[in-house]
Amino acid sequence: MTRYLNQACDQQAQLVRLSESGRERIEFVLDGRVVEAMQGDTVLTAILLEQSHLRISDLSGAPRAGFCLMGACQDCWVTTVTGQRLRACSTFVSPGLNVLTGQESSK
Amino acid sequence: MSGTIQPVVVGAGPAGVRAAQTLVQHGLRPTVIDEGALWGGQIYRQPPQNFLRSQAELYGFGSSRADALHRAMAGILNKIDYQSQTLVWNAQDQALDTMHGGQAGTVPYSHLIIATGATDRILPFPGWTLPGVFTLGGAQVALKFQGCSIGRQVVFMGTGPLLYLVAYQYARAGANVAAVLDTAKLSEQVRSTPALLSKPALLVQGMYYLTWLKLHGVHIAYGIEPLRALGAERVSGVAWRDAKGEHELACDAIGFGYALRSETQLADILGCHFEFDVTQRAYLPVRDEAGRSSVEGVYLAGDGAGIMGADAAELAGTRAALAVISDIQGSEFSVVDQHRADNIEKEMVRSKIFRLGLERAFPFPQQWASHAQDDLMICRCEEITAGDIRQAALSSGATELNRVKAMTRLGMGRCQSRMCGAAAAEILTHCLGNNIQSAGRLRGQAPIKPIPFVSVPVQSEHASQRGS
Repeated sequence: MTRYLNQACDQQAQLVRLSESGRERIEFVLDGRVVEAMQGDTVLTAILLEQSHLRISDLSGAPRAGFCLMGACQDCWVTTVTGQRLRACSTFVSPGLNVLTGQESSK
Repeated sequence: MSGTIQPVVVGAGPAGVRAAQTLVQHGLRPTVIDEGALWGGQIYRQPPQNFLRSQAELYGFGSSRADALHRAMAGILNKIDYQSQTLVWNAQDQALDTMHGGQAGTVPYSHLIIATGATDRILPFPGWTLPGVFTLGGAQVALKFQGCSIGRQVVFMGTGPLLYLVAYQYARAGANVAAVLDTAKLSEQVRSTPALLSKPALLVQGMYYLTWLKLHGVHIAYGIEPLRALGAERVSGVAWRDAKGEHELACDAIGFGYALRSETQLADILGCHFEFDVTQRAYLPVRDEAGRSSVEGVYLAGDGAGIMGADAAELAGTRAALAVISDIQGSEFSVVDQHRADNIEKEMVRSKIFRLGLERAFPFPQQWASHAQDDLMICRCEEITAGDIRQAALSSGATELNRVKAMTRLGMGRCQSRMCGAAAAEILTHCLGNNIQSAGRLRGQAPIKPIPFVSVPVQSEHASQRGS
């Protein structure tokens, strides 16, 4: 067995912003915490730049972070504090968004 | 066909835009319904308007085609009814049911061109639902549409032209590409060269990506078999096997896929006749050379009716629109249109040869089902395993996918089998020793995508694009 496991990946965020970082800042609330995103970020981008999951599977309780990013897999639906459901990959983040990722999302 | 002429195009990628443009050229005012925020589809997807990267940075060798397609659509916006961020969730005879920002609508049509495109074809491996595992197409969307990498150390795995393209785009954008792991063998890629020479420019592009990656020290492995994504709560590495043995590599993201699969749900709901396509290992809606489906007034164009690639999709969009014109006029083409149609059909033959070459270069991993363990999750919505499918087949006599669905809930979840359908057919038929087409296909059902019970309008500058 060949192993190349010397480089640990211990960052919290899943995504890494490589470019387009000069856009207008927006604040939104993620699991009760005020965090910053940029105008034009999707909800998926905004959340996964902070942490590594979007939702918890209803069935297994395992974390999920979306999959196809193009509106096909439906694995990135998140719930807001008022119970609204958003498909995170195809919804743009907006000021006033208040989203929960730590509980099982409603079907 | 009676009443008013109202052509509708679903999709605004290469096929949809060229179809709309051709209809406008013939004096019609089509409605174009696009799930995206801006036209371009997936391959030429445009970032939000406040993003600054150039077309060359975004689309590389495809930038002139992307630019031409974007301009073509911009040039007809005032001559069409463009409904962006709008989902067609149901189709009936002569009317589509739509949803835009939580508002339902109905769009009547006399002639419908379906140009709904494709998504990655998925063959699961253990750990594929972990955060950090995305499709190859998804990885590309993150970069192109959002300027983000899916991780700090990224592995690309599976097979198909997208594998090398996305790896190249990531490396060029400054991401750390830890490895490219191709299930195809190098010998298969060499053997396919004669067929790929039918489109020399595309072959050269593919070889350029590969050479560039090698020159920049990206590890490329051929003939691999994915073993698993490592990690408990998220990806921490990947394990694979090749001729030299088993290997593990640290990474925090994996992009994977095995070429593409067509989005055929609307054609299905409208009752179009489907047949099994051996090359694509999928049931596809039947269309004539011009793109007419088996249902009068319904036309098919682009990857949504069978994977042929973006260039062919542009041609197919134009050709389907010419068929609409001809059917409306109920007469022969003008000399100009006849010439155009003939040229397109000739060019499509070249695309088909190229497509067969790609299929040889990046073949479907035939042994996949035989290596899938019983605990491998196949349906990520309902969390149905390979073992569940095998049990339905062997204990309860299910031989066909809709029966498996009824017994296991496979494909009954939110994605309606877009992610699991291809893999489930492989597992089912392999364990029964049947041929792949005996699995049939899971039927599309309305709503073809989930409709939010409560929804909010998307607050962005793109909302103003609607109906412009």
